[in-house]
Amino acid sequence: MVENTIQKGKTIQNNKIININSAPNGEPIEYKTLNEQIHEAVNSGYKKIILNDVCGQRFIGASLQGDLEFEINGVPGNDLGIFMDGPKITVNGSCEDQAGNTMNDGTIIIHGDGGDVIGLSARGGKIYIKKDVGYRVGIHIKEYERKHPVIIVGGIARDFLGEYMAGGLIIILGLKFLPDGNIIENESSICGNELGTGIHRGKIFLRTEEDLEDKLGVGAKLFEPCEEDLKQVESYLKEFCEIFNIPYELIGKKPFKVIKPISKRPFGGNYCGQII
Amino acid sequence: MSLQHISPTYFRVKIDRDYCKKCKRCVSHCSYGALSFNGEKIIADDSKCVACQRCVSMCPGKAIRVVKDESYLPQHGNYTQRIRNIIWAQSGNGGVLLSATGNDRPIRSIFDDLLLDACQVTNPSIDPLRETIETKIFFGRKPQQLDFSVDPKDPNKVSLKTEFLPHFEIDMPLMIGHMSLGSISYNACMAIYQAVNELNVLAGSGEGGLHPDFYEYGKNIITEVASGRFGVDIKYLQNTAGLEIKIGQGAKPGHGGHLPGEKVNSLISQTRMIPKGSDALSPYPHHDIYSIEDLAQLIAALKEATRYKVPIGVKIAAVHNSAPIAVGIVRGGADFLTLDGFRGGTGAAPRIIRDHAGIPIELAIASVDQRLRQEGLRDQITLVAGGSIRYSADLIKAIALGADVGMVGMPVLIAMGCRVCQQCFRGLCSWGIASQREYLVKRLDIDVARNRIINLFHSWNEELKEVLGAMGIDSVESLRSNRDRLRYIGPNPRIAEILNVKHAGE
Repeated sequence: MVENTIQKGKTIQNNKIININSAPNGEPIEYKTLNEQIHEAVNSGYKKIILNDVCGQRFIGASLQGDLEFEINGVPGNDLGIFMDGPKITVNGSCEDQAGNTMNDGTIIIHGDGGDVIGLSARGGKIYIKKDVGYRVGIHIKEYERKHPVIIVGGIARDFLGEYMAGGLIIILGLKFLPDGNIIENESSICGNELGTGIHRGKIFLRTEEDLEDKLGVGAKLFEPCEEDLKQVESYLKEFCEIFNIPYELIGKKPFKVIKPISKRPFGGNYCGQII
Repeated sequence: MSLQHISPTYFRVKIDRDYCKKCKRCVSHCSYGALSFNGEKIIADDSKCVACQRCVSMCPGKAIRVVKDESYLPQHGNYTQRIRNIIWAQSGNGGVLLSATGNDRPIRSIFDDLLLDACQVTNPSIDPLRETIETKIFFGRKPQQLDFSVDPKDPNKVSLKTEFLPHFEIDMPLMIGHMSLGSISYNACMAIYQAVNELNVLAGSGEGGLHPDFYEYGKNIITEVASGRFGVDIKYLQNTAGLEIKIGQGAKPGHGGHLPGEKVNSLISQTRMIPKGSDALSPYPHHDIYSIEDLAQLIAALKEATRYKVPIGVKIAAVHNSAPIAVGIVRGGADFLTLDGFRGGTGAAPRIIRDHAGIPIELAIASVDQRLRQEGLRDQITLVAGGSIRYSADLIKAIALGADVGMVGMPVLIAMGCRVCQQCFRGLCSWGIASQREYLVKRLDIDVARNRIINLFHSWNEELKEVLGAMGIDSVESLRSNRDRLRYIGPNPRIAEILNVKHAGE
């Protein structure tokens, strides 16, 4: 009974929104201080936290749980949402490396570019990035039971996309967002080399007409998506377009290609056991 | 396959027909398929025998003996049978050869070349049976000095000003090395965790996650964050005594992990949080760590994620330049540092790496300890060292060379029944230790195994006290880095120099 009362108490406070200034007096505060303030706010029952003037502070949202909501104005530092389990983070700008590192669940929305190694080893949740991302994005993301990580990138990606991938979805759209608000097709290559190298579960969708055969990594195979594949990504794409104000019809103007693993055990034959 | 390409056998299974009751118990116990019953008698396929001794132990008539088969090959001092077998295996299969346990090459042990000091006349020894000798240690980061504040009104009111960083107390300078559920069985894990809980020492979880059944032993478990991040979620971060970032392992420095898909059953899938039947691949490096600065970042991330409540450490394999790396790790904020020597164990590693990469732990402890002291960092952190600490003598010498805690793996497995057949990677362990097959796992009685581990370490602790008493030292913390209590008797004075240990007689 006591527990119920406490929980009730929390729900009353749930509507409260707190603003935290990450750079009072124009000087960015230490990540440790900022995160301490975030934890204090969470412990006092705030459900929506707005962080202003964020300037490279790391580990924002680290290991936080539940239906919390963060709005970040500025550029958060590395490891945004590391080990996170449930919250939603919206960044009104770009983020640095390793957003969503080992994330269990939750949503990260970046209204700008993402850095390298986005979603490292994530087990669940969604990472939506409006523009481009760097190297080794979606490395070793994995699915488990109902957990199924999804990474969507509106722009383009670099080398080693989906390396060691062990489940989930990566979608790269290859769009370019002009400063005037217009959205055009990105003329750069949609991804770098070593695409999906070591992939043993999951799928990578690339919206392109480019010949990707030469870019494929070990264990990755190129397919034309079947109806089922396209159906699988439809709801995620609609959600992505809605969040970033992209007309959904635009997506259909170019076909998708899909990368799938050749085997659940790509390196099974590399080793042998023998009594020596 | 033509005859000349069949590798010669190592063992012969001899069945004494006078004693054999044909009960076929041996056949059901042989998980390697070396024994069968042909309707008339038990027959053995020597090529499949790994000398695990299960049949010998289980035969009610004591009718079986496994003996060495040494008659087959022409002798050659350079192309030993081992080398020839490696070549035959590789030319037949074309793959990277796997191996298990630790480096089995007959390389001279430096521990064996060290002798301990004892008191005579000028300083009294202590009788450990009647006087207190402390073997507990504090694990984690320690303050360099203690600051106190005195109440200006009442000088008798003194309070501690220094804020302590996360640390805890363990009753012996001992940690059971990281063996994951996957490399060893559920029953073996349970026996280990129950034993360390009872002894108040530590065990490592390995990189395969922590099964919810083990959470209750979390205060004695150091959980591992490796490149695959298997099973790392919030509960994993919360139910732990300390977190260790695994960079390397003594048996396979620079190598990732590879749990084959056929071993990923529902138990492993649940613990590692990966789908059943998929390979569990640990990338070779952490792809968020390409530098000491990146490592410091992950240390800081784990401290944030655990709200600064538990020590965060880093494990590296002992390699050529361990000392400067160790300095970087400590400066990067690690609260403890684990060094794993080239003889360290594994459930599966490429033979080429297990047998040829890394350096002996004795040299690594000495050089890391020395360098950290030169940099004024040594007393801040806990140094854990492993890689073939086989018995209490090795533990004592490792501490005298500079380790705070000895990390032990194989002796624990041997205590549980392991016969060191070195076939762990096949998952067929007939003793139920290194297997995931239910019919094999249930052979390992958790209570018996737990008690044997407790007995083993109780005896080590008593022996440690005996040695400390003989040295006239009343606390194991005073033995740490106390190299003056060691002397070298090996053939290579350069080793003594690196260890900073005098030669016997000096």
